[in-house]
Amino acid sequence: MTFTLSVESEKIVDELLTRYPTQRAACLPLLHLCQRQEGWVSPGVVAYVAKRLGMPTSEVTGVVTFYTMYHQQPVAPNVVWVCRTLSCDLRGGREIQKHLEKRLGCGVGGTSKDGKFSLKTAECLAACGQAPMVQINDDFHENLTLDGLDRIIDELSAKTAAAAPASGDAAQKAEPADAAARVRAKTLMGIGNS
Amino acid sequence: MADFPKIITSRYGLPQSHTLKVAEQHGAYSAARMAFTTMKPEQIAVEVKDANIRGRGGAGFPAGVKWGFLPKDSKVAPYLVINADEGEPGTFKDRTLMELDPHRLVEGCLIAMRAVGAHVCYIYVRCELVTSIQRLEAAIEEASERGYVGKQPFGVDHATQIYVHMGAGAYICGEETALLNSLEGMRGEPRLKPPFPAVKGAFGAPTVVNNVETIASVPDIIRMGGKAWSDQSRLPRDGGTRLYGVSGHVKTPGVYEAPVGLTLRELIYDLGGGMLHADRPLKAVIPGGSSTPVLRPGDLVNAPDPAHPLHAWHGKSHIDVPMGVDTFRALGTMLGTCCAIVMDDSVNMVEAARNLMHFYSHESCGQCTPCREGTGWLHDVLENLCEGKGKLQDIDLLVDIANNMMGNTICAFADGTAMPMLGFLQKFRDEFVVVAKSGVPPHSLGATVRALGGVS
Ligand SMILES: Cc1cc2nc3c(=O)[nH]c(=O)nc-3n(C[C@H](O)[C@H](O)[C@H](O)COP(=O)(O)O)c2cc1C
Ligand code: SF4
Ligand code: FES
Repeated sequence: MTFTLSVESEKIVDELLTRYPTQRAACLPLLHLCQRQEGWVSPGVVAYVAKRLGMPTSEVTGVVTFYTMYHQQPVAPNVVWVCRTLSCDLRGGREIQKHLEKRLGCGVGGTSKDGKFSLKTAECLAACGQAPMVQINDDFHENLTLDGLDRIIDELSAKTAAAAPASGDAAQKAEPADAAARVRAKTLMGIGNS
Repeated sequence: MADFPKIITSRYGLPQSHTLKVAEQHGAYSAARMAFTTMKPEQIAVEVKDANIRGRGGAGFPAGVKWGFLPKDSKVAPYLVINADEGEPGTFKDRTLMELDPHRLVEGCLIAMRAVGAHVCYIYVRCELVTSIQRLEAAIEEASERGYVGKQPFGVDHATQIYVHMGAGAYICGEETALLNSLEGMRGEPRLKPPFPAVKGAFGAPTVVNNVETIASVPDIIRMGGKAWSDQSRLPRDGGTRLYGVSGHVKTPGVYEAPVGLTLRELIYDLGGGMLHADRPLKAVIPGGSSTPVLRPGDLVNAPDPAHPLHAWHGKSHIDVPMGVDTFRALGTMLGTCCAIVMDDSVNMVEAARNLMHFYSHESCGQCTPCREGTGWLHDVLENLCEGKGKLQDIDLLVDIANNMMGNTICAFADGTAMPMLGFLQKFRDEFVVVAKSGVPPHSLGATVRALGGVS
């Protein structure tokens, strides 16, 4: 149950703590960092964060339960978020959701039969002009068609079979300005660290 | 299509527009250099006041006036906090700035920090926007390497630091005091006001909270001069150009820059390319994010009194009134985030309302009973109606619940739920009556299947 952050990530935490006048303010980014390593916010993560920031565990739990993006249960290597809000619904969001339920063989909140995908609904993801859309791990997939969606799932499915969790992709694709900046972006936010 | 000047979007079309090299070749940081090296902080603030820029986050408060609320005699330096939580349904404009031109935001932060005397700025970005976060981090890094962010920007003794802070998935964190709690590592619950953030904000210090687009407009205001920037607008006391979004049933949904005072007709039929399907006319439009009450194209402005703020548009359709903070308030709705959701005549309005009330019941922070209970109840009643299990009395019940939510809560979320609910009920009551009798017909958001290339 005990959780420890990798040595590199500990260095990130040290830098994070210099950003704010209080330790506690690092709570949200630190939870993100831990979740990227552990896959979810386990009780071990909560205990670690509480100790690292000098907070009561009950308060860390209070934070974790407030926010949607902290997984309070383990999730599959790929998390699929279907946007269900109005602009997407008007352009086929519901069909996208139904299609995914059929394709993955699970309902919203469930995990695909092969264990590779968790399916969830999201509220508006600020991509309304590119509706319908889904977020998978760090990537937005916009202006979706059912065929296009199938291809994305096929691709991820194949990649996941090779046992590599897929969440490092976005950092490579987004091409930040230069190598140094990319490293900083990846490390400080913990993006691409999994 | 109308050819509007590209000011805040001037670099959008350039390859690698998010890099310092490209941004700087096209003018980035020249305004910051000018502000730091040739202007007094008070002069910067005067230009921003003259620009008549109304906050782009939804409430439309004049930014110049807000900066003036900071206490003059404070012993601690104020913080600048940028609201990049963009979560209002239908709104997707700030993301384009962060992804395509992060240096414009960084430059705006620098100038604003100089103007208000801040040394530290936090940009609060919702964590789902991974590309935005990466590009902002990279932009800050590049600007730091160049010395623009750091101990002596442009050789001036005014140390600056800019940090990106990631949210964790909660719409309410867009409300400025909830955002501050979330920044401090707490649950994102709004604070009782007063004290207002200008007096006691982040970490107990005076704080200015502004929207991404508001601050990203500041470099252009300095470069052009406040008055010249303001004059880009078609309206008085609401200056400049701004980002308009259009989504839903139009041919070319997207984010477009245009002068303040564009009409919804121009946004839908010109920028938006017209209705998605030729045989499905416009039925309704939510003008500026889901919290703004819906408008119908068939409604005409009734303002015969010459003193009425909308008198100039007396007898015209609601979608022909220029979009401004004050004009849209006078129209009984709000300009909000200026991102419109367009619905054609295949849409059942009870179904649309149900979709949105699902959102609000999910996102209420739960501190205030009228909001926590009211949002859940509205959603339950709408579910019942849509499933054909409703009664006629449910319509009045919806009105009652919504009325009881207004004005009774810690933050504006509850009003932002009740107002659009009442808007749907007022304008589409007949439709609610039909649904109360027989539920929602299948394919009540019918265009969707067609949009995906299927049949309908
Ligand atoms: C429920 C709620 C959600 C909000 N969400 C956002 C948001 O995502 N982005 C934003 O800039 N402002 C949002 N606001 C408005 C902010 O409270 C605040 O007015 C704004 O950030 C001020 O910046 P501005 O004056 O530059 O517009 C929201 C307000 C409420 C009540
Ligand atoms: S009005 Fe709603 S969202 Fe705002 S503080 Fe009260 S319960 Fe929370
Ligand atoms: S409604 Fe789906 S991204 Fe906004």
